[in-house]
Amino acid sequence: MNKFVIKNMNLYYDDFHALKNINMNIHEKKITALIGPSGCGKSTLLKSLNRMNDLVEKCTIKGDILLDSEDIYAENSDVNLLRKRVGMVFQKPNPFPMSIYDNIAYGPRTHGVKNKSKLDEIVEKSLKSAAIWDEVKNDLKKNALRISGGQQQRICIARALAIEPEVLLMDEPTSALDPISTTKIEELIQELKKDYTIVIVTHNMQQATRISDKTAFLLNGELIEYDKTVNIFSVPKDKRTEDYITGRFG
Amino acid sequence: MSSKSFEYFMKGVFLISAVISVVAIILICLFIFTGGIPFIQEYGLKHFLLGTEWKPSNTPPSFGILPMIMGSIYVTIGAIIIGVPIGVLTAVYLSKFCNNKLYKLLKPGINLMAGIPSIVYGFFALVVIVPIIRDIFGGTGMNILTASILLGIIILPTVISMSEASLKAVPEGYYKGSIALGATHERTIMSVILPAAKSGVLSSIILGIGRAIGETMAVILVAGNQARMPARITKGIRTLTTNIVIEMAYAADEHREALIATAAVLFIFILIINGTFLIVRRRSKN
Ligand SMILES: Nc1ncnc2c1ncn2[C@@H]1O[C@H](COP(=O)(O)OP(=O)(O)OP(=O)(O)O)[C@@H](O)[C@H]1O
Ligand SMILES: [Mg+2]
Repeated sequence: MNKFVIKNMNLYYDDFHALKNINMNIHEKKITALIGPSGCGKSTLLKSLNRMNDLVEKCTIKGDILLDSEDIYAENSDVNLLRKRVGMVFQKPNPFPMSIYDNIAYGPRTHGVKNKSKLDEIVEKSLKSAAIWDEVKNDLKKNALRISGGQQQRICIARALAIEPEVLLMDEPTSALDPISTTKIEELIQELKKDYTIVIVTHNMQQATRISDKTAFLLNGELIEYDKTVNIFSVPKDKRTEDYITGRFG
Repeated sequence: MSSKSFEYFMKGVFLISAVISVVAIILICLFIFTGGIPFIQEYGLKHFLLGTEWKPSNTPPSFGILPMIMGSIYVTIGAIIIGVPIGVLTAVYLSKFCNNKLYKLLKPGINLMAGIPSIVYGFFALVVIVPIIRDIFGGTGMNILTASILLGIIILPTVISMSEASLKAVPEGYYKGSIALGATHERTIMSVILPAAKSGVLSSIILGIGRAIGETMAVILVAGNQARMPARITKGIRTLTTNIVIEMAYAADEHREALIATAAVLFIFILIINGTFLIVRRRSKN
């Protein structure tokens, strides 16, 4: 099943052509990794899936991006509903400067949940899904900025899960973390695959091999190769992919 | 001059400048406290601070400054009630809603507001606000309410500039994090950005309080200046600052010392306000 279908998509920052004619299907409940050298357009592609590019002035998109066969850039599509369905975790952990509880409850409250016991339930469930419940269950009132970076990132994942998205976009979610936190989050991502479609940007080849089902290699705004992860890393079809994964450039 | 000796020379210049301001503040403290404390000792601190009668020309004279302390507190609270909501919302608008063109118009306007001498505000209040208040509530129109409105306007640039700066300093990640959860721009601003900037906003309010409590010439024009305990907000009052200015010109001996002691009390108020400001700042840094 395709969750996202991207058809002839071109993206411009003002007159800079950042994504060139992208065609790509993203499978439901699979982990898709986006790799490529710095500046090739990975984050740009990721952000176009939940329309975070709307925040960039003079960013224009041509072509189609379909989520469950509906055009997310259509005139009448509800961008806030889209972002509820397609959650995002950022490179730098960005918990809000409020309590852990309020961080997690923020999304559900935004979408209309007011009942206290319902919120309690969501907070517990989300923190458990993000594998951080045991570490913070006695500190739910603690300011979320007063915990470690790795914990903060899992809080951010829990915060994204709390509104029950269908897709989770992650932009280098472990690049700011130590190896132990990284391992925890990688395990978590694989656990989450059961229920969520995940798209992850990573600079770390091993990480892509370890966790992803499919890998897309981008270069200068073009999608060079997109295939099962095992194929990309063992028998790449394109010379440029091979050069990149063997570390000959990038 | 070689670059080395030039460096020494400049160091000296900086040092002297720093020393001058420190000496100035020490001299001010000395003047105020040596002038005021003997009087307070003689008259009695409790009588002075809590006395409700200020009658310097009676025999024996009474020098109770509680009416003026209350007067200052009343108009300052009034100024906060009027100025802070308007100021903070203006700051939110400027930093998060207003387009570039409008911003280029509004921002210099607010800077200009900060530069207008307060006597001009006072004159404006006298000519515009006083008649309106007089029409609505009767009386002279010079009262707590009028002074509060005036001071509310005077503190606006302080509140706006500092709140705006602290809103702008909120990390971009908070905004994006909230938007990515499907929150609207408005909800993001009111529920995430503004709370994140609260210590800066609080600081701006404290500075505004300092500004309001120290304001003098503008207040004289519209506050009525009666040295009595504040009754209703439509009655005139006198503040600590105006008390000093109004009587200093002709005061002598004990009366004069009582006014200097009033200044000492005002000075302590300002010290408390600045101290609070520093504490808020420091806490927000941690
Ligand atoms: N807001 C923007 N305005 C203009 N150009 C931008 C903007 N954001 C990104 N770009 C440009 O688009 C290209 C792709 O950027 P993008 O951030 O998607 O790269 P990336 O692959 O995520 O790189 P990295 O690995 O360094 O994060 C870059 O050349 C970048 O300079
Ligand atoms: Mg990137």
